[in-house]
Amino acid sequence: MDLNTVWFILIAILYIGFFILEGFDFGVGMLLPFLGRGENAQETDLNRRVIINTIGPFWDGNEVWLLTAGGATFAAFPLWYATMFSGFYLAFLFLLVALIMRGIAIEFRSKDENPKWRKLWDWSIFAGSLISALLLGVAFANLARGVPIDANMNYVGGFWYLLNPYALLGGITTVAIFALHGAIFLSMKTTGDIRKRAEKAAWRLWIPAVIAVVMLLVATYISTDFLTQLGVNPGIIPITGIVAAFLCGYFVRRNRFGWAFGMTTITIAFSLTTLFLMLYPAVMISTIDPAYSLTIYNASSSPYTLRIMTIVALIFIPLILLYQGWTYWIFRKRIKAEPQSLTY
Amino acid sequence: MDPIILARLQFAITTIYHFFFVPLTLGLSIIVALMETFYVRTGREVFKTMTKFWGKLFVINFAMGVVTGIVQEFQFGMNWADYSRFVGDIFGAPLAIEALMAFFLESVFLGVWIFGWKRLSKGMHAVAIWLVAIGSNISALWILIANAFMQQPVGYTIENGRAVMTDFVALILNPKVWVMFPHTISSGLVTAAFFVMGISAYHLLRKQNVEVFNRSFQIAAIIGAIAVILVALNGHSQTQHLVETQPMKLASAEALWETADPASLSILTIGDLSQTREIFSIRIPNLLSFLSYNQIYGEVEGIYDLQADYEQLYGPGNYIPPVAIVYWSFRVMIGVGVLLLGLGLYGLFLVMGDSVETSSTILKLFILALFLPYLANSAGWMMTEIGRVPWIVFGLMKIEDGISPTVPGSLVLTSLILFTLVYAALMVADIYLLMKYAKAGPPAAHDDGQDPALESEISFVGVQD
Repeated sequence: MDLNTVWFILIAILYIGFFILEGFDFGVGMLLPFLGRGENAQETDLNRRVIINTIGPFWDGNEVWLLTAGGATFAAFPLWYATMFSGFYLAFLFLLVALIMRGIAIEFRSKDENPKWRKLWDWSIFAGSLISALLLGVAFANLARGVPIDANMNYVGGFWYLLNPYALLGGITTVAIFALHGAIFLSMKTTGDIRKRAEKAAWRLWIPAVIAVVMLLVATYISTDFLTQLGVNPGIIPITGIVAAFLCGYFVRRNRFGWAFGMTTITIAFSLTTLFLMLYPAVMISTIDPAYSLTIYNASSSPYTLRIMTIVALIFIPLILLYQGWTYWIFRKRIKAEPQSLTY
Repeated sequence: MDPIILARLQFAITTIYHFFFVPLTLGLSIIVALMETFYVRTGREVFKTMTKFWGKLFVINFAMGVVTGIVQEFQFGMNWADYSRFVGDIFGAPLAIEALMAFFLESVFLGVWIFGWKRLSKGMHAVAIWLVAIGSNISALWILIANAFMQQPVGYTIENGRAVMTDFVALILNPKVWVMFPHTISSGLVTAAFFVMGISAYHLLRKQNVEVFNRSFQIAAIIGAIAVILVALNGHSQTQHLVETQPMKLASAEALWETADPASLSILTIGDLSQTREIFSIRIPNLLSFLSYNQIYGEVEGIYDLQADYEQLYGPGNYIPPVAIVYWSFRVMIGVGVLLLGLGLYGLFLVMGDSVETSSTILKLFILALFLPYLANSAGWMMTEIGRVPWIVFGLMKIEDGISPTVPGSLVLTSLILFTLVYAALMVADIYLLMKYAKAGPPAAHDDGQDPALESEISFVGVQD
């Protein structure tokens, strides 16, 4: 296997890791206003704090997966980085603003007791999570569908081109599956009323999520070139992803939320795996002329840089997995809605 | 509108803004880690109170640094696509390594630190904040390795119109890195030390929590004095390095139009900087020669000669940066630096005794001094970056060749406006919170009969229920 392929796989893993990890904390953010309710203002506030605390120690570390994926794309495939980030300009602009508002909101929300202050940041967490998920889905669906790229590797489609029905379906599917993923996570991490509400929400969200995933798969066969120009045949991977999505409902019904979380994780991971397998060895498909497509060979860094980066990645990725995994172990307990035990 | 101007303006605004928060993160992480280490070693409550109080301010500041940092990583691709294509082989690697080595470390362990007061042993908890400090400072190293390549390209060759890395070790050992990195790290410590001294002075003035703020002031004064001396020393070596590598930047910083031997250093020049005509100027004879070579004689090349040299080397064009901005940002940096040096040493003198018992005027002075490092930090970066004009990568690529060819000015303008608005709003929220928590002082945890451990955990990073 050449190093270009190694880096393609590593970047795929980084994005998949990001979607799985930040996926549930985006989901939790989207559910904040709906599940964070109570009899009175005080109780509502307390419940919201509980919900935020389920992702409190994790969200920033999860987001670093995106930063690393971006940095790795820059390092290993600078031409892909340049074309994608300048091409999907507005999408990334809004994604950045959404991530900024959301990150600051999580940290600032509880630092002032003024109800208006908290309401503003709660809204930021909700909107920031929703918009981020939507835009990421839109961007990745466009990668699957192909975009107009000219002979100089420049994206020439403009903003509206990105908002085609297929990409929007990709965005909606991402929102739906993240919301489900988040609801299941909350069911595992909370107690009492919030837990009950989260469990109910997981069941309700499962239906649209499954419909969206199935529709996206069908639409992928219809509106992309993947059937005729397969990169690597993904085999049963996409179907397994769908089966996991269905099984998720079974486990939610049976209150087996650990298993249900495993299923949404598989659905997310396998959907993206399918995407990357079908792309390979392309990274951005040109709809103008397949010869203009960016691939892991014409968009890559030099063999020397790839070799250096491979060594660095082999040392640090296992370390990161180890210590980040350890934090999930440290904070594995459910979070109770008791003001005395909450960290703000 | 011209996308080049807009993209440059956006880079300037977002970078300067980002760098409001970074130096404090770099320095305060170390100071908080030291305080917690003292707590672990001595078991004294005062150090725990200090750790929590300064830690809370650290967290507020850290969040701003993190979210504005994401913009930095993405905007190279968004606004500077051709630059990214040109240097990606070299420039991308340090950014990716920064994420792998540093971002994960600081983000993950800050989460552990904030939420882990009860879940971890005392020692392990202190290790967490040390890892945050190490992560932050390593991140500065890698970003400076990337920036140093733009100032002084090394370890590369040009292949098919792209810069290609040939020597990774040379990239890391770039001499530019090793004059910039110590300067940045020590500036971070100075920023944090004056931050701690300023806020401590505010409370000492009001005789609140005297023990906590006396100790804080002491620690900060010692660190501040050492760091400010280091800033000056490695600032000096940085200037000398400029003589060899970016003489145009130095000549612009001095508005030295004609080559001179010996060269004098102007403290202030009033007049037309764009010409040699000076209306009024205070000069110290021979000082520029001395700063450049450590001896009182020595030729320092002027702007006109350098322009002629560069035209020969790189072809016709204007190689002179905006002299007035470079000149004045250099002066602001040095001027403020000298003030800080004086104050830093004075602060050390104050704490040589047992406590900081001093006049209210002095304390007020230290409150005001809190803002000075920010001025010097921004001015220093303005000189560094604007002094590189017209190059985006010195000698290899000009700024106008680096932008995204297919992104229209209207889009860049949209993003410029959006970021400016969002950043302005966040600045208001950030300053409001910092002032609120700085003024409130540490919660009176131990006098009110509550279980101190319980109370302090609840109040940490948030409301005091």
